[in-house]
Amino acid sequence: MTMLQFFLWSLLKVAVVTVVLLVGVAYTVLLERKLVGRIQNRWGPSRVGPFGLLQPLVDGAKSFLKEDIIPTAVYRPLYLLAPIIALGCALISIAVVPFGDPRVGRNGFHLFQISDVNIGLLVILGITSIGVYGVALAGWSSNNKYSLLGSLRSSAQLISYELALGLSLVGVVMRAGSLNLRIIVESQSSEGLLTWNIFGGLQFIAFFIYLMAAYAETNRSPFDLPEAESELTAGYHTEYSSMKFAMFFMAEYANMITVGCVATLLFLGGWTSPFGNLIPLPDNIVIQALLPIFWFVLKVFSFLFLYVWVRGTLPRFRYDQLMNYGWRYLLPLAILNIVGTSLWLAYK
Amino acid sequence: MHLILFFIFAALCLAGAVNLLLQTHPINSALSLIVVMTSLAVLYLLLGAEFLAAAQVIVYAGAVMVLFTFVIMLLNAGREERTLGSRAARVVGFPAVAAFLALLATVLLKAHGLGRAAMQEGVTSTDDLSAVLFTKLLLPFEVTSVLILIAILGAVALTRHGDGERSASK
Amino acid sequence: MLSAILFSLGVIGFLIKRNLITVFMSIELMLNAVNLSFVTFAHQWHAVKGQIFVFFVMMVAAAEAAVGLAIIIAVFRARATLAVDRIDLMKL
Repeated sequence: MTMLQFFLWSLLKVAVVTVVLLVGVAYTVLLERKLVGRIQNRWGPSRVGPFGLLQPLVDGAKSFLKEDIIPTAVYRPLYLLAPIIALGCALISIAVVPFGDPRVGRNGFHLFQISDVNIGLLVILGITSIGVYGVALAGWSSNNKYSLLGSLRSSAQLISYELALGLSLVGVVMRAGSLNLRIIVESQSSEGLLTWNIFGGLQFIAFFIYLMAAYAETNRSPFDLPEAESELTAGYHTEYSSMKFAMFFMAEYANMITVGCVATLLFLGGWTSPFGNLIPLPDNIVIQALLPIFWFVLKVFSFLFLYVWVRGTLPRFRYDQLMNYGWRYLLPLAILNIVGTSLWLAYK
Repeated sequence: MHLILFFIFAALCLAGAVNLLLQTHPINSALSLIVVMTSLAVLYLLLGAEFLAAAQVIVYAGAVMVLFTFVIMLLNAGREERTLGSRAARVVGFPAVAAFLALLATVLLKAHGLGRAAMQEGVTSTDDLSAVLFTKLLLPFEVTSVLILIAILGAVALTRHGDGERSASK
Repeated sequence: MLSAILFSLGVIGFLIKRNLITVFMSIELMLNAVNLSFVTFAHQWHAVKGQIFVFFVMMVAAAEAAVGLAIIIAVFRARATLAVDRIDLMKL
């Protein structure tokens, strides 16, 4: 494969994945509004298109057309930079996620993954940790006390929960013996449901910690204190309007999707079928290639469903409770999990 | 291809470092330092140290610099005042720095023509790294962990005596 | 070579900046420069230990940043300034 071909293919893959991700973001928003509506015994958006399916398009058009207000007191360069950082980081981290069986492809070229990196997991962690700057700078440069409070809360929260998040993943990494996302998935693919890390791998504690930490990392309820509207108006993006606000919004949902992808890859067996080899693979090669994607999307979807469910059910934490919870319970639990997993592996 | 990438990110790195010095506002300096660190991470990747590249991004750009910006925002540090600075630092300092740079450069360039550090493939995998780290260098590793524990305790103790609002986050 | 330049810039920053936080950032810059040269040498001579040394430097730098920033906060509480010229009294 020549250099040019490689570039063209990569460009194509990047374009496709970005478009799919953005559409996914739009419909995750719709999913959330519909579901929360149902949970609260109302309909959710239902006017635009059948079942409100065109609502995301209209929302997008609305935020494009709205007036873009830049308050006079903001610190301009950072104010403009912050949403770009937030959205950019949210979109980049999807690049190392394998969506389907990476063996599909030719000449060592993976069709369903933008790049197969040896340290894929670390790349995702690193990029999410850079995403903090989007929030922090947005709050600081807005020159507004609510924004500043929101972003201070959010930076502290992200740093605290990143530890628990990282440590909860160590058990999985130890079981797979690699940081490569593809190898991690393949290590749990032998018997379907039974060998997924969450069940057969005995990593359900890790999964629980990951779930909590991921909610906190993406600023979602019950840990959505940085944007607690009852006390901080809208938190760090109070001063943002129009497209810049939409960028933060999209970044939040793109992060949710990424977190869902990582959970799927690490705990739920990635693209592999939950039935293992019980169901024989169909002969058709196209179906063979597309079935993994179907499973992957289904798993990510159920993770997002859980997200929304939790949001509709649980009340918000208080900030000191949040910190206590992170440092006193999640972190020791994660360390215990690491010790337990390594003992188990050594015993085996 | 490697060479092009090297030059791009080396230039980015230097630009960030110079910008760090020229900016008067600490938060701009912090941001340019982040640029330096991420481009250094790319250079590490080019040099085949992929685990270190990730660690650089996570530890430095993700944790240390977040702490920096956090503190800058917390203290709301304003623009730097133009003070005269000590004259001795100007007179002696700059020639000394220049001489030092020259010295370092000659030493580095003499050592096996490192000026053109070869960009061949040769990725150090995480396995190799951890194998050495946890067998030969286990004692330094443990000592470092004790050091970090002490640092945490020290940081908490230093900030605690007030109303301790930061000790919760440290 | 790049690392030498970076290190020198760090030294310059250490000397000319008047803000405590920026001075601290210059120190980080110097550490990073040293790290770069370590990685380069490790790559050149195919030695893994160089990289491990960088790892240690990172850990120490993280610890140092935590303590240093704690000190800066303590100083700021006591003096309400971050200019290094103003912090010249040994007593509160």
